[in-house]
Amino acid sequence: MNRQSEKIPASICCVNFLPLLDLMHTSLSDPIMLPDHPSDTSIGIVTPQSLHIEQPLKLACGVVLETHDLVYETYGELNSAKSNGILLCHALSGDHHAAGFYQGDSRPGWWEHYVGPGKPIDTDKFFVVSVNNIGSCFGSTGPTSINPDTGKPWGSDFPSLRARDWVESQKVLMEHLGIECWAAVVGGSLGGMQAMRWSLEHPEKLLNAVVIASSMKLTAQNIAFNEIARRAIKSDPDFCDGRYLEHNKAPLKGLALARMIGHVTYLSDELMGQKFGRQLRIGDLIDRNTDPIEFQVESYLNYQGDKFSDSFDANSYILITKMLDYFDLSREYNSDPVAAFAHAKCNFLVLSFSSDWRFAPERSREITDALMSAGKSVSYVEIESDKGHDAFLLPNERYEKALGGYLSRVANRLGAPAGDGQ
Amino acid sequence: MNQDFDFIRNWIAPNTRVLDLGCGDGTLLLSLQQQHNILGYGLEVDPEAISQCIAKGVNVIEQDLNQGLTNFADGSFDTVVMTQALQAMRFPHLVLDEMLRIGRECIITFPNFGYWRTRAYLNFYGRMPVTKQLAYQWYDTPNIHFFTYADFETLCVERNINILHRQCIAEHFPSTKLKSLWPNLFTQTAVYHLSR
Repeated sequence: MNRQSEKIPASICCVNFLPLLDLMHTSLSDPIMLPDHPSDTSIGIVTPQSLHIEQPLKLACGVVLETHDLVYETYGELNSAKSNGILLCHALSGDHHAAGFYQGDSRPGWWEHYVGPGKPIDTDKFFVVSVNNIGSCFGSTGPTSINPDTGKPWGSDFPSLRARDWVESQKVLMEHLGIECWAAVVGGSLGGMQAMRWSLEHPEKLLNAVVIASSMKLTAQNIAFNEIARRAIKSDPDFCDGRYLEHNKAPLKGLALARMIGHVTYLSDELMGQKFGRQLRIGDLIDRNTDPIEFQVESYLNYQGDKFSDSFDANSYILITKMLDYFDLSREYNSDPVAAFAHAKCNFLVLSFSSDWRFAPERSREITDALMSAGKSVSYVEIESDKGHDAFLLPNERYEKALGGYLSRVANRLGAPAGDGQ
Repeated sequence: MNQDFDFIRNWIAPNTRVLDLGCGDGTLLLSLQQQHNILGYGLEVDPEAISQCIAKGVNVIEQDLNQGLTNFADGSFDTVVMTQALQAMRFPHLVLDEMLRIGRECIITFPNFGYWRTRAYLNFYGRMPVTKQLAYQWYDTPNIHFFTYADFETLCVERNINILHRQCIAEHFPSTKLKSLWPNLFTQTAVYHLSR
């Protein structure tokens, strides 16, 4: 199994949530098209690019990566002033393939509904950069890469990462692309954490931060779910203390279980009730039936878990869930978010979803309150949705309107004097 | 532009912090941003109004005023504004207290139910007035607390609220003399500038 060549990010399962229900009983290689997505609104065929970076990257943990690789995609054209760049920050299981299609592949990127010509992140107006971050497993340097010191895969020895490490690595790519200042840095969940970190670490380098379904730090319950996921992976005998690649193994069952747990928490009770209810896929609940019985939701969840473990690396999952746990926006600002955001210079758009219980609207309101107290320009919209945390990947009219309306104003003001009108 | 906005603009100093409760489509905040360079935030719940604020570049926060304003610290704004919304609040007197806690000053505008045309409507038809300004039937109106200019004056005395300025606006018979003689009868929209 070649993980690196797996082109479909696991998070796509969210986008294809509904179509997959029908596909579970058909060949999984069938094309999965979003029904409301005529191809003329797609960016079309895209090709990932790779950047080998010789410049040493000093990580927050103190370890220096002498060189690293970044795989990324770009959509749209960079204008002559180089002022229309938007950086997309992916979440836990995301990758660089946010929009468009690969040649010969009918499945779109993970944010296809929001990135493309005329879409909320409009590639006719913006030059959109989507990067697979280090520590992940889709081509950028991570636990599956070779550790130059040992000649073996890094595995569980890959250095611990913080969101700021992703920001620093993204900044190297930014410089490579010749961009001085992002028009916006946009991300959901862990992506929103990166957008906020950008605003504090490099306040001069972005004009807008769009923080979607995110949080300034994880709650105990959130950390608990992540630990359950990690324990599931480590309990798999094939985990081999994180050195499974050296033994030509992979903790597929553990990773699938980790994903199944995560997946349930990313949905809402209401949505699962609507889509699956108590429908049976196999068997019957009549009396004296001894034949096997399987609920639709079991089948769905097992499928999602297995699909994920085929495409994602277990060490990356452990590394990035820890990164989420460690994130604390204001730790070095005396744990005062207002003092932290005082360093920011950009404008903010904060979005949350009503049924999201892992990154609840309350967390986004805390971000918004801190920004207001710090005197920053911020708008906050709480979008009604029954789709839980995954709502940030799924079509929603109000979400499109808020994100599109905000970015359309950003586009109209590209090149306008700073501070004008605000 | 609404006439009450003209008074509001005169009472708000440049470069100050303004919170607009029930900011609608952001017209007032936008004009204050452009003319007074204020740092403004509007609270709103109507999705369409929120979209319009975002498109205008007005800071808008989706928040239901009836759920409280405890997320705002004491004295965190120079001015807290509420235009034409006090009558829709569940507890107007508590909202007023909150506004004066959060802002050094506050500005309130409201439709005066003691206006002569409203009184005449009730007198002649014997039914709850439906006017251009109060365009709802009694059963589906968001305006759940009707009160008059005189009622509001009394409330300010009872709750020790200091009235810095007051202005009366009327479409019909907008004579200054009538309004100053019988404000409760000739004020259609009352505009108050308050402090503790």
